[in-house]
Amino acid sequence: MRALRGPAALAAAGALALAGCGAGGTAPAESGNGAGGSLTVFAAASLQQVFTELAGAFEQQHPGTDVVLNFAGSSDLATQITAGAPADVFAAADTRTMDQLAAASLLAGEPEEFASNTLTIVVPPDNPAGIDSFADLAEPGTAVVVCAPQVPCGAAAEKAAAAAGTTLQPASEEASVTDVLGKVSSGEADAGLVYITDARNAAGRVTAVPFAEAAAAVNTYPIAAVDGSGQQQLAAEFIDLVTGGTGRQVLSAAGFGLP
Amino acid sequence: MARSAHPAGYSGLPRWIMVPAALGFGAVLLPLAALAARVDWAGFLPLVTSASSLAALGLSLRTAAASTVLCLVLGIPTALVLARASFPGQQLLRALVLLPLVLPPVVGGIALLYTFGRRGLLGPALEVAGIQIAFSTAAVVLAQTFVALPFLVVSLEGALRTAGHRYEAVAATLGARPTTVLTRVTLPLILPGLASGAVLAFARALGEFGATLTFAGSLQGVTRTLPLEIYLQRETDPDAAVALSLVLVAVAAAVVGLAYRRTLSGALGVGGR
Amino acid sequence: MTFQLEAAVAARDFAASLALAPGETVAVLGPNGAGKSTLLSVTAGLLRPDAGRAMLDGRTLFDLPGGTWLAPHLRGTALLAQQPLLFPHLSVLENVAFGPRSAGAGRHGARQNARHWLAEVDALHLAGRRPGQLSGGQAQRVAVARALAAGPQLLLLDEPMSALDVEAAPMLRRLLKRVLAGRRAIIVTHDVLDALLLADRAVVMEAGRITEEGPVRRILERPRSRFAAGLAGLNLLTGTITGDGILATDGTSGLAAGATVTGTADPEAAPGQVGIAVFRPAEVAVFREPVHGSPRNTFAVTVTDVEPHGGHIRIHAGGLYADITAAAAADLDVAPGLQLYFAVKATAVDIFPA
Repeated sequence: MRALRGPAALAAAGALALAGCGAGGTAPAESGNGAGGSLTVFAAASLQQVFTELAGAFEQQHPGTDVVLNFAGSSDLATQITAGAPADVFAAADTRTMDQLAAASLLAGEPEEFASNTLTIVVPPDNPAGIDSFADLAEPGTAVVVCAPQVPCGAAAEKAAAAAGTTLQPASEEASVTDVLGKVSSGEADAGLVYITDARNAAGRVTAVPFAEAAAAVNTYPIAAVDGSGQQQLAAEFIDLVTGGTGRQVLSAAGFGLP
Repeated sequence: MARSAHPAGYSGLPRWIMVPAALGFGAVLLPLAALAARVDWAGFLPLVTSASSLAALGLSLRTAAASTVLCLVLGIPTALVLARASFPGQQLLRALVLLPLVLPPVVGGIALLYTFGRRGLLGPALEVAGIQIAFSTAAVVLAQTFVALPFLVVSLEGALRTAGHRYEAVAATLGARPTTVLTRVTLPLILPGLASGAVLAFARALGEFGATLTFAGSLQGVTRTLPLEIYLQRETDPDAAVALSLVLVAVAAAVVGLAYRRTLSGALGVGGR
Repeated sequence: MTFQLEAAVAARDFAASLALAPGETVAVLGPNGAGKSTLLSVTAGLLRPDAGRAMLDGRTLFDLPGGTWLAPHLRGTALLAQQPLLFPHLSVLENVAFGPRSAGAGRHGARQNARHWLAEVDALHLAGRRPGQLSGGQAQRVAVARALAAGPQLLLLDEPMSALDVEAAPMLRRLLKRVLAGRRAIIVTHDVLDALLLADRAVVMEAGRITEEGPVRRILERPRSRFAAGLAGLNLLTGTITGDGILATDGTSGLAAGATVTGTADPEAAPGQVGIAVFRPAEVAVFREPVHGSPRNTFAVTVTDVEPHGGHIRIHAGGLYADITAAAAADLDVAPGLQLYFAVKATAVDIFPA
């Protein structure tokens, strides 16, 4: 995620520098020009696979329209939008970041919930610590890796632990799901807590061990058009696609729950 | 500005060079100034003295110091062999040793994982020896050492090449054994290079992020160093992230200032009058 | 012969052998790149030859290929280089104490020893200084003390005067003359004066080979190698300095003992010192009758040889040389046995303390 952001930022800085030099080149294409313009969608990293597929479908339905996707952590994206990044649509992995944008009057409409995600335990394929329940995670000597409470998946893990009545002693509190998966798939950790969709994407490298207490920590995904977008019509149509039948089908296939 | 700094000398600089130079200075200084401007000064002290901030700062200083010591222990012999010995494949080995300088740190973290991790190359052997590196402070030190070592080696090798080996040859003909030559001649001669190399290594270790995140994990007081804390705080408390960033900038500035204070090397008389 | 060396370095096309008697100082003369420094490096153990052997007082320094190779610190062959190379981080005293310390002496004993050698080179007052605070001449004097304090069985000097300015060189030369007396040493130089004043014997190296060997004066007077012939293009008169810019010859150079030479004195020259007067053959004017007119030296000499020399005619007479044009030689009707007068202006003669 970070690697994606670096070059983009650099390119932006470069463009700025060029513009500042007053070189008489053509201005960068505006996103709102013409019927077949481009639609910029900022989406939570966990939506990468699903939204890439949906963007393809959208472009087929709207010939000449280009969907530009930017995936990152929800709070990173919220920060970028707050700083004036040109997003038309924002899809977050939790309601908290969306609420921040709503409070700052940066949304064009009411956020709509379109998917939910549930935690699961993941273990290395050979499950060296023999984990098969949430209680096993609290066994002494078990190296468990979770997300830090500051990020949505970590907040969900805390809720699940509270529901199970156990206190986890994690070996590490990672900043992202990717880092949790990395520690588990490499065998460094005995178990980790991630979303079902993440576990499905990492199938083969990790094995999912579902647990009942996860029901207490379901994460909902809201989507909304961003205020000041020059593509309000396209934005609304894209949101319709995500919340409609095509969206539900693709989301469900990827393991997401539906509202 | 330049005129008052060099009242007598002719700089030979074309006037237009000031424009790109100013942009160059700006490219580095402007973001730092912007960062400082964003600091919530009223809340600064509570933010940087919170339990998690102090734990991260303390851990960063301790691990960076340990990494610097490890870099010295490993880097001095490495630099000596690269600068003074002669063997087939030396150039290739030098290039490989310096690789972490240009590698993305996250690649270093992955490489370390497959070396010292539980299922890594040395993992089973370490497990037999009862050494657990995963998710420990030792893993942080290893990650920092991996990325910082080339800085020390480069700095030292340069100092060794500049110093040449004529002093060593004279010392040997005066009857000094190789170990005596090393401790009484070579090391004192390259002391300035050694000092600036160590400071650079410390600074690099302090700023280490990618390799630590990938290899060591992130747990308060154990593996969550200041950069990892900043990265995490950013999720929920951007003000705290900004305040901690400023602390890290200040520490880095102090360290770099120390490294380039040449008066220290001048006092040793190398190249002095 | 208590030092014997024979070595070949293929990469540098070097093949030479050399032997020194106890207490003998040998000068190695030769053009740049002739292999003079290679000879020292091989002796000191800083360069490993492909083949050869060397013995020093019964110890084998090396025997190659396949045999012994003694490390530099075990050889007892201290090296004094062109540059003083004083360790910049140590005081003058600690520099000089370095050799004794390395040999295992205690701190106190080593310093005692260092003070003795500093006094020997008139540098005791510099003991507390840093090398960076010394002039070039002072630093090289300290370097001499440091080399001597190591108690070398063989002292190696690699053009020790070449990096010094004209003021400092004569002083160091005098110092070396004193400390090298009766000491076994090899001194590499391209200055014929060093060879003449400091060495008992000289060898000439050209293109990695020793081309000539013998007493310095003999090499200068009857050079067989091209390099020595070039060196010999100087008139040298030895004797005693009797006054400001005046030298009374000692009779060893063909002129009668007591003949006086007037010239420009080196600032270090003082009456009573042993000295040397030097002038170029081209500066010599030749007459059939005595000439007067000062300030000018006139020597009555008998021609021993006449030869063409680089477009001129070189006249050998009374151990001196004069280069004159062929026309002048014809006018004079020069032939061996002829009595002539060699005249040289005082401004063309340099007088050095020896």
